[in-house]
Amino acid sequence: MAKPDKNGKKRLLGFEKPLLELYDKLEKLKALSGSGSLDMDEEIRLMEKRIEAARQEIFAGLDPIQIVQVARFIERPNVREYAGLIFDDFIELHGDRNFADDPALLTGLARLDGRSVAVIGHQKGHTTKENLAHNHAMANPEGYRKALRVMRLAERYGKPVISFIDTPGAYPGLGAEERGQAEAIAKNLREMAELTVPFISVITGEGGSGGALGIGMGNRVLMMEFSIYSVISPEGCASILFRDAARAGDAAVAMKITAKDLLGLKVIDEIIKEPVGGAHNDPPLAAKNIKAALLRHLAPLLSLSQRELIADRYNKYRKMGIYNEGR
Amino acid sequence: MSIHDWFKRKKLQKETEYTRERLDIPGDLWVKCYKCGQPIYAKDLAANLKVCPKCNYHFKLTSAERLAQLFTDNSFKEINAGLTSRNFLEFTDTKDYSRRIEESILKSGLNDALVTGLGKLGGLEVAAGIMDFSFMGGSMGSVVGEKFARLVEAAREKKCPVIVFSTSGGARMQESIMSLMQMAKTSAALGRLRENRLPYLSVLADPTTGGVSASFAMLGDVNLAEPGALIGFAGPRVIEQTIRQKLPPGFQRSEFLRDHGMVDIVCERRFLRETLIKLLRFFKD
Ligand SMILES: [Zn+2]
Repeated sequence: MAKPDKNGKKRLLGFEKPLLELYDKLEKLKALSGSGSLDMDEEIRLMEKRIEAARQEIFAGLDPIQIVQVARFIERPNVREYAGLIFDDFIELHGDRNFADDPALLTGLARLDGRSVAVIGHQKGHTTKENLAHNHAMANPEGYRKALRVMRLAERYGKPVISFIDTPGAYPGLGAEERGQAEAIAKNLREMAELTVPFISVITGEGGSGGALGIGMGNRVLMMEFSIYSVISPEGCASILFRDAARAGDAAVAMKITAKDLLGLKVIDEIIKEPVGGAHNDPPLAAKNIKAALLRHLAPLLSLSQRELIADRYNKYRKMGIYNEGR
Repeated sequence: MSIHDWFKRKKLQKETEYTRERLDIPGDLWVKCYKCGQPIYAKDLAANLKVCPKCNYHFKLTSAERLAQLFTDNSFKEINAGLTSRNFLEFTDTKDYSRRIEESILKSGLNDALVTGLGKLGGLEVAAGIMDFSFMGGSMGSVVGEKFARLVEAAREKKCPVIVFSTSGGARMQESIMSLMQMAKTSAALGRLRENRLPYLSVLADPTTGGVSASFAMLGDVNLAEPGALIGFAGPRVIEQTIRQKLPPGFQRSEFLRDHGMVDIVCERRFLRETLIKLLRFFKD
């Protein structure tokens, strides 16, 4: 549940403002009811229904840049929360055994419906302080190397790998360049292609470019309904290509970054339905939907041989691209 | 040439001066070195493999120039030359992507930013790919990714090594997510090459950044770089804006990458061909 703010109200996204008025009415009804003079239960129930209906309507008609806002919303469940909700016995593993532990990327072992799996994901926070601690989920090379270490560990014991993607991108910092950000991502891409275990990637929020792909080359790639996946942020695209930073909305449309767009382009395999109002409105339900999708996609992969798993992944990415064959 | 093309070419000539400057294409007679500022006689520059005789600055090479320097016996045969980019997203920024492609083809005389083929180096068969910065900044879209993957497949079929010369600003944003997917495709192709135990030599030229550096350019069995080339994941301006401080001199240059363990050899252009042949012989033996 989105945490109520100090006034006891839910934190709303900018475009949810029309709901404020209805929430105010609900508050008044509750106050009346609380004073004991009138029985308002029925009215309260109806008002709550009205709010849900209004929210449903708003979310049914979101444009791409509004979906970007949902995908980035600070209340959106993060990988640690999903790890707790989807899996049993999650145990975090730290460090790349080489340089450091990257707090921007969470890795660990867990049980999915009784089966051992490795879990990898970009770690965001719900407050500025948390986000600073996790570098806003922008991983350094040691994050990608930690992810690869854990993938290899899973591979050694024949355990599937599940990755959760939610990052603005790989960190563009001085140290990141010194320690080989490009090499770390490139190597992950090559090695992920060769993993001999089932591998599923779920884009839960922001799928930001190479930083997202760096842990995202699953046999199946699933996307939450209000997540995005893109080679550059709409803001970056607007300022670089449109030469007008204010046109992020147009860029979001033009770049085709929503789950629906990407399913159409066959870049992803399935859209995971979110609770009304987005995953943050009901994280347990969002997690339940993810878990169901994971189990459904994992089942056929589990019956493939190592060779078939690699071939399945290779063919998936080999096919990507649209061009003219020419003469 | 149609009238339509003729007008287009006229208009493009106006942009040529600017493009020359940006792409290090020297003027007709005298060239001013971009680094030391000294005037160089154009013929001398060409004779010196487009390296400044005074300060050793390595000018950018077009794919044609690179091919001429490398395959001195004319053994290079291009493959998959006909592949061209498509505006499948109907993407328009300040210009329609279809028009951008058309103009780049006219301007560069190339169909896209990567030329691939088979040839012989020091008598040894190789599959070679040469990127060209003059085609949309060497950006990687579907065509670059596809040609790269097919080049690797050709090498696997012929059981020969792969050499790729990279120079690229990164992913081709006009192809959005599909350009990102080329990073996966090219890296996966190299995984297969490795499985077949066929060598891959990656030569990084100025500049190699973004999606190309974070995929095939960094994955060489041996990574070579020309002196002074800008090589990195993020561009220097993005980094400066992020960390809010000036970058140290030499940051993200070839020598910096070598000193930080990311590049095996910083190789001057005049030694490049013989170094590649030596490496090929090492792996062949
Ligand atoms: Zn000079």
